[in-house]
Amino acid sequence: MEPLSNKRKEVNNKPLNFMERSYLPAIAQGLAITMKHFWKKPVTISYPEERREFSENFRGMHSLKRDEQGRERCTACGLCALSCPAEAITMIAAERQKGEENLYREEKYAAVYEINMLRCIFCGLCEEACPKEAIYLDGDFVPSDYLRKDFIYGKDKLVEAPLNQ
Amino acid sequence: MELADIIIKFILVVIIFAISLVIAMYSTYAERKLAAFFQDRVGPNRAGPWGILQPLADGGKMFLKEEIIPTNSSGFLFIVGPALAIMTACIGSAVIPWGQRLTIGNHVIDLQVADINVGILYIFGVVSLGVYGIMIGGWASNNKYSLLGAIRAASQNISYEISMGLSIIALLLVTGTLSLREIAEQQHGFWANGWFTWNFFKQPLGFLLFIVCAFAETNRSPFDLPECETELVGGYHTEYSSMKLGFYLFAEYINMFISSAVMATLYFGGYNFPFMDMIHSPNLVTILGVVFLFAKIFAFIFFFMWVRWTIPRFRYDQLMDLGWKSLIPLAIFNILITAVWITFIRG
Repeated sequence: MEPLSNKRKEVNNKPLNFMERSYLPAIAQGLAITMKHFWKKPVTISYPEERREFSENFRGMHSLKRDEQGRERCTACGLCALSCPAEAITMIAAERQKGEENLYREEKYAAVYEINMLRCIFCGLCEEACPKEAIYLDGDFVPSDYLRKDFIYGKDKLVEAPLNQ
Repeated sequence: MELADIIIKFILVVIIFAISLVIAMYSTYAERKLAAFFQDRVGPNRAGPWGILQPLADGGKMFLKEEIIPTNSSGFLFIVGPALAIMTACIGSAVIPWGQRLTIGNHVIDLQVADINVGILYIFGVVSLGVYGIMIGGWASNNKYSLLGAIRAASQNISYEISMGLSIIALLLVTGTLSLREIAEQQHGFWANGWFTWNFFKQPLGFLLFIVCAFAETNRSPFDLPECETELVGGYHTEYSSMKLGFYLFAEYINMFISSAVMATLYFGGYNFPFMDMIHSPNLVTILGVVFLFAKIFAFIFFFMWVRWTIPRFRYDQLMDLGWKSLIPLAIFNILITAVWITFIRG
């Protein structure tokens, strides 16, 4: 039969000869290999001091965007929550009151917007689903914490900082 | 013996004791650091510059850990085990000649605690006692894994002691003395009468056998079956915690240091170094000799660690095969060749 790749290797069970049985050549070979690694540069990154560079399309923590006038773009349509395969997003919508036009762009906004970072798989489907370009996964990675409840990020952590502050 | 001599000996004992403890302490650091380098990692680097205070942090942790003595253990033996292990590890250093004589004023200081004429036998006795620490600890824990580890340690040490002794006999045929001081003196310099003076060049096979046995005697990888964690949880010290565990781990590193010192003295010229006759100040020669001896010891410790991060552990039957079917016949063969060489060629 034609082999799929040319990587096939014949296995043989022929008994070891005297030198092989003494293990010494194999040990010397092994020592040479480890010594080669001894002089190699470590591949480790000393994390808090050094950081690995992210690729351009890295998906990190979510941020809820504002428009040019500093108003929240999110209209609480719920498409992000619907598209989320991990069911990490919940929100409660509210109607914009008079005098809040400078805070929210649309007539409906998310009063509560929570993402459970332990559920989130950072697939980016929410950002694709969003019709208002309100959510992007453009942040850093999510920092560690001690309690599960602290991984549920509300609007205080997700919404972008206001424009002129 | 004068009072001054006793004081000098006492100071020497304290210094050697301190040095072996510090070296054992920093061997743990070196082991972790070298392991990291061999695996393209960085290793401990947070405690102090380059992690240099890591052994202190580890030691502090060991002291502060909870002391657990299992209910069903044999109380007294449980404590004797680690004590015996560390004690036998420490007293081995008494007969090793660390250097030549140092002259200060009209005092001549022998850089050796005790120059007994059966130095090698003494080392052998101490090394064989060392297995009792492990054996008693494993037995007293009342835990099947500890006991299995201890049994492995005992049978391994007994098997490898035979070939170690046989490889030493060939060396003794060459040197004609059991005193470590005299053996070191015989290897003076590096080259004399058309051949190297160091015993390694007279007994290469013997050295190979000796170093393999030294790996087995110190329970170092690839012969670290007594603490083989994939099969025996933690081996003989499974039930130990706090500083009693620390003593066992410490004893292993002291043993490594002592066996490195013994190998350097027996086979690699001890405190002798090339061109030592060209320096005319005897004290300078002595000090340089100590430096060279420690350089050799550190080289051996490095080799111990290098091997640990290279070679996988032997299977138990392979270990016994190697000891009984390969090393012992080879050692006897070595004795035979050496005897023939001494009788017919050296004359």
